[in-house]
Amino acid sequence: MAKSHVSTSINGEPVEYLCDPGDTLLDVLRNELQLTGTKEGCGSGDCGACSVTLNGRLVCSCLVLGVEAEGAEVGTIEGVGANDKLHVIQEKFLEHAALQCGVCTPGLIVSTKALLEENPNPTEEEARYYLAGNLCRCTGYDKIIRAVMDAAETMREGA
Amino acid sequence: MVSVVYEAPDSIEGAVNLLANADVPAHILAGGTDLIIQTNGSSDAERLFVDVKKIAGMTEANLTDTALVLGPSMSCAAFTECDDIKAVFPGLVEAAYLIGSTQVQGRASVGGNLCNSSPAADTIPALIANGAQCVIAGPGGERTVPVEEFVTGVGRNCMEKGELLKQITIARPAANTSDAYLRFIPRTEMDIAVAGAGVSITLDDNGTCTAARVGIGAVAPTALLVPDAAAALVGSTLDDAALQAAADAASAASSPITDRRGTVEYRRQVVGVLVKRAATIAAERAKGG
Amino acid sequence: MSEAQEFKYIGQRTIRPDGYDKVTGRAQYGADLSLPGMIWGRTLRSPHAHAKIVSIDTSKAEAHPDVFAVVTFKDFGSVEGESINAGEGAADVLDLARNCLADDKVLYHGHAIAAVAARTERAADDALDLIDVKYEVLSPVMDVEDAMKEGAPVLHEDMFTQGYEETPSTPSNIATRLEMKMGDIEAGFAEADVIVEREFRTPTAHQGYIEPHACTARYDEDGQSMVWCCTQGHFDVRTSTAKLLGLDLSKLKVVASEIGGGFGGKTVVYQEPVALALSRKAGRPVKMVMNRDEVFIATGPTSAAKLKAKVGAKKDGTITAMQGWMAYEAGAFKGSPMMPGVMTMFTPYDCGNVQVEGFDVVVNKSKVAAYRAPGAPQAEFAAEMVVNEVAEKIGMDPIELRLKNAAKEGTQTIYGPKLKTVGLIECLEAARDSDHYKSALADGCGRGIAAGFWFNIGGQSSVSINMNTDGTGTILEGSPDIGGSRASMQMMAAEVLQIEPSNLKPIVADTDSLPYSQGTGGSRVTFATGMAVIEAAEDVVKQIKERAAAIWNVTAEQVDYADGVAINTAGEEKMSLAEVCQAAEKTGGQISGTGNINARGAGPSFAVHLCDTKVDQETGKVDVVRYTAIQDAGKAIHPSYVEGQFQGGAVQGIGWALNEEYIFNDDGVMENPGFLDYRIPLASDLPMIETIIVEVPNSFHPYGVRGVGESGIIPPLAAVGWSVGDAIDRKVEELPCSPPRVLSLIQNG
Repeated sequence: MAKSHVSTSINGEPVEYLCDPGDTLLDVLRNELQLTGTKEGCGSGDCGACSVTLNGRLVCSCLVLGVEAEGAEVGTIEGVGANDKLHVIQEKFLEHAALQCGVCTPGLIVSTKALLEENPNPTEEEARYYLAGNLCRCTGYDKIIRAVMDAAETMREGA
Repeated sequence: MVSVVYEAPDSIEGAVNLLANADVPAHILAGGTDLIIQTNGSSDAERLFVDVKKIAGMTEANLTDTALVLGPSMSCAAFTECDDIKAVFPGLVEAAYLIGSTQVQGRASVGGNLCNSSPAADTIPALIANGAQCVIAGPGGERTVPVEEFVTGVGRNCMEKGELLKQITIARPAANTSDAYLRFIPRTEMDIAVAGAGVSITLDDNGTCTAARVGIGAVAPTALLVPDAAAALVGSTLDDAALQAAADAASAASSPITDRRGTVEYRRQVVGVLVKRAATIAAERAKGG
Repeated sequence: MSEAQEFKYIGQRTIRPDGYDKVTGRAQYGADLSLPGMIWGRTLRSPHAHAKIVSIDTSKAEAHPDVFAVVTFKDFGSVEGESINAGEGAADVLDLARNCLADDKVLYHGHAIAAVAARTERAADDALDLIDVKYEVLSPVMDVEDAMKEGAPVLHEDMFTQGYEETPSTPSNIATRLEMKMGDIEAGFAEADVIVEREFRTPTAHQGYIEPHACTARYDEDGQSMVWCCTQGHFDVRTSTAKLLGLDLSKLKVVASEIGGGFGGKTVVYQEPVALALSRKAGRPVKMVMNRDEVFIATGPTSAAKLKAKVGAKKDGTITAMQGWMAYEAGAFKGSPMMPGVMTMFTPYDCGNVQVEGFDVVVNKSKVAAYRAPGAPQAEFAAEMVVNEVAEKIGMDPIELRLKNAAKEGTQTIYGPKLKTVGLIECLEAARDSDHYKSALADGCGRGIAAGFWFNIGGQSSVSINMNTDGTGTILEGSPDIGGSRASMQMMAAEVLQIEPSNLKPIVADTDSLPYSQGTGGSRVTFATGMAVIEAAEDVVKQIKERAAAIWNVTAEQVDYADGVAINTAGEEKMSLAEVCQAAEKTGGQISGTGNINARGAGPSFAVHLCDTKVDQETGKVDVVRYTAIQDAGKAIHPSYVEGQFQGGAVQGIGWALNEEYIFNDDGVMENPGFLDYRIPLASDLPMIETIIVEVPNSFHPYGVRGVGESGIIPPLAAVGWSVGDAIDRKVEELPCSPPRVLSLIQNG
């Protein structure tokens, strides 16, 4: 089977790759492009570890084909924050000890960024429901939600 | 592993052509949230994916004076952002909002949910409650099918080879009409419905129900329209006795199975509870609207 | 240590040193390493729960153009039954090998049979379909009741029940029977005014870490080999893998990647020996990553159990007798955590008349692995439910009842020693005085309370601290950091050296770089590896003093060390740590401290949890509306991560109590091997988890540390279970409290 050629944009930079039409965007990010910050926890859209944005929409990259990224804009954890400075959300996750093992963290940060872009002033309940698709088995979510709410507040103040 | 051929036509005709002439199993790729997982578990050697999201109108919704015209591949996330639609069909929008996580809603669509034809699909009971019509395009032209006749069995529907769902249309409801959809899941999110109920209620000025439609899900091989439940509501002021009669009618109409998500007894009981609760919410909304 | 100490760094909430890599996606986990020329391994798994393997034909798979190697059990060479330390406790090497790749029998759905290495993951998967295995299918036994019946299908013809005076002559699925007792149980019950006895069941539950097992293995021409993997104990991976492949330990380097959760489930090997065997055969590096369904069907879980508890008490609340019985599923091979279940069941109580009997039973499920306080949650669930009912029957507050009978310093345990200083009473008092316990219960809600006890362990830890010429240093530790322990290592070393924590970089060193260290388990790392860090840092301080003494021409005893500065007590001179390190070249070479210890004196950590639930009376759905976790940390090195352990343990326990369970069909095939239907708690399922850190110092640790990782998963089962029963006026006897079960309790009693 011939591979498909895809031109896309990842974290604002033009990227081209070849992929099998059956490969998921997650496969491409991790195995072709070595963007291993995006994690695979389930491969079925049930854990959120592979969360990325596709044309600004939060999606599970395990449920998107690599070929579907043609002409699209993809955002991954590697694009959160500047090269020399963490994003406020990243800072707040560290400050609040919102991670233990950290494997769900990239997905949670990508999702939190999408949440706060859509809704800069979420209630705790709104944050919990928006992030329900990001499983964390270590923290019990308490410190994650505190980090999200604090990041939201800090971002509102800075806006 | 399945070898995938990917095509992304830009017209209905192009899609119909690809689907009609495929010599391997052909599948419509909308959000892909079911298709990609199913393909990973498939024993097919090769599959054709026809991505329909580049076709004009497939990912848009338009609420006119007379009807909602919904592009079947519009993501649930985009759909639930349409405040005008939410004002008219709050229950249908709720159903779309309940599908999977935020991430899944970023891809999954009402049409995809319908075409996947799972007995537990959240939007189907809500579409049934609202009397939705499915516009199907195929090699022989277009045909329109009521949503309750679209799904024919577990994972099966009335579409023939070469056909695709082009539009879902719902007529604007009469005055003092609203809907609600509720499902039961063990957690607060992320689960597949153990039972679901969509109810549309029309009230007169005295608060008496003049028309109702009740759709139930996850309690039979297909989502069901339950006329007996609607009949129990019509003519009543949605008092406890009428609600209980509707609940009992829904339970009686159900023919659930026992599986990892629930038992026969449990589902039969809970679907009644959901009908009762959804009818109450829909009526409150109908009053308010 | 006994009195309260003043600390400069301990107790602060520092930013963890590995945090930046984790919030940016740079941190490399098990599946994140790729090597030049690397190929992919995949595993063929049994579709049957119990079957004899008649034949395996791999020839077609080997002929596949993209396939480099196929391995089966035969590729492990000669493996004999012997006991090795393979993770949390001993394991039989032959069982380990047979679990990695089945020998003559498959013992559970998902049991690995063969593995293929191919150019791509897809090709490897395709090649698996080309392996022809002929089975003779046998009836599966799926629970302890069936497995213990006379005439049940037997999993292992060579297994005879241990633990009776006379070992039976017929094989059985009961691997071990164990009884522990003290006092006079009959006399104790005779004294009681109230006796409560109930039978309980808990389901098969999985650790549910988000990162699937993954490794990359490379076997070189010269016989040197390397395994990179996510594990809680890379030295134990080395032991197991070397044993299965017949390698010298020096020829195998195991590198612990960042680890995406384990909770005990990543203390044993599954793929690592297989990947290395494939690499040896293929001459290429091999990566293996499990799918989520493989994680569920073939790793973990913890034992489903059937239990009985009987407790007698006087009207004044004095508990007079406690009796327990339990049968734990071991999965396919012997070795459930029944023994710690027996040991912990009634340890929160100071009662002289106790008897507990336990059975370790094999069934056709995946071999269980350690799961956070292995064995204790099930046993203490049964005990705590019955204790709550005793309190109810005599009309006493359940916390008062526990305070009246609480285990304390000097309490005789059923397993031998008397307890040293422990903090159960302090935890109970904190619970009693908490805002949560004083708050009124909302309508339609129930409240539950439960205590939990876990021993914690010490064990071998090896640490080096290498000082740099600018006075900064690197801490090499051998304990994989699963939840932020590098932060506490950094803080403890900083406390000894009296320099800023950020001047010390803690790393988890590979097996070539340090002597053996036990894995991360048993809540041992902050305690034991922390002690090794303190010892290594003290070694550095000692050398700093010696070097300064050499420069000043005084004896080391004449040098003091305070606030990061060496002081000549015989003169006026001072030198900072950095200055001494800078001068190391002139005083004998570079400075490096070591702490290679076998730590004794781990202090148990008691926990007490409070749970309020609301139950939908028409659907049986349970919402946790308020939850408080109280636990003795001895001394909280980094309070945020201590709270995180309490919260994480509590929520895993809540999941176990509410919705998590393995569901099997009649053929023993797991029907819910994914996060869709194995329902772990979501952010939207929970309230904030309130915490109270109790600090009753452990006198055996220089700073008073007790491990805190495990006790927190014990109380939730009964705290939730009792709370649900309270809300519906029924007695819960089986977990999980899933909606259908709760509705049935409401309607049928």
